Amino acid sequence: MNRNYEVMFIVRPDMVEEDLNKLISTLESSVTSAGGTAKSEVWGKRRLAYKVGRFNDGIFVLMLIDAAGAVVHEVERRLRVTEQVIKFLTVRTDEELKRLDKIKKLRDSKKKASAQPAAAPATPATAEAGTEAPATASA
Amino acid sequence: MAEETRTPSSHGAGGHERSGGPPRGPRPGGGPGGPREGGRKYFRRKKVCKFCVEKIEAVNYKDVRLLAQFVAESGKITPRRLTGVCTPHQRRLSRAIKQARNIALLPFAGRAQ
Repeated sequence: MNRNYEVMFIVRPDMVEEDLNKLISTLESSVTSAGGTAKSEVWGKRRLAYKVGRFNDGIFVLMLIDAAGAVVHEVERRLRVTEQVIKFLTVRTDEELKRLDKIKKLRDSKKKASAQPAAAPATPATAEAGTEAPATASA
Repeated sequence: MAEETRTPSSHGAGGHERSGGPPRGPRPGGGPGGPREGGRKYFRRKKVCKFCVEKIEAVNYKDVRLLAQFVAESGKITPRRLTGVCTPHQRRLSRAIKQARNIALLPFAGRAQ
């Protein structure tokens, strides 16, 4: 059963870009070989909100994973083993995505529904006003 | 004692954020002022949930700028009664803030350096 996850991890600020790319590609390949899909984006160097170990800033990497839970466990294990990684966080996002999708659909349907009745009652209202005006004029 | 002296200051920080922070943005559109309570001379404008008004559905731990508006200067999560956020959104918000703290995007205590 595939689910969507987000794994964000922070590596040391002094890590060379080559090593970082190597780390990311090994993580991605471990996901894809297990039948999942992975996509990563590097946020670059950022200041940490608090000190982690002796580091004041780090390179943030976000990985979007679509795979089974065991695969994510393996990714987490690798992150724990890798010394360059100073922090990581895994968040499951499939239910949130489902919820957002539902809300979006609901909003779209509401938009369509509101667009039609708004045009329909507009004509009777003006017609009524038209008939009423001569009546008051004759009185 | 230290706790006692700190509480008012953090409260003040929340208030400051309220006056200067974007949660104030949606308020002018939020109806004809608030109800006059108990014959008080001033009236309070009714607070509106920022997330409901601006239709922000995804409260995400990655959006630090958004979350920082709902964190006092001490790093505490600002209570609902000060920001006007509705209960369902406050629930998501607090979860997102806690996740952001975990990954060092927001501080647990004090300002981000």
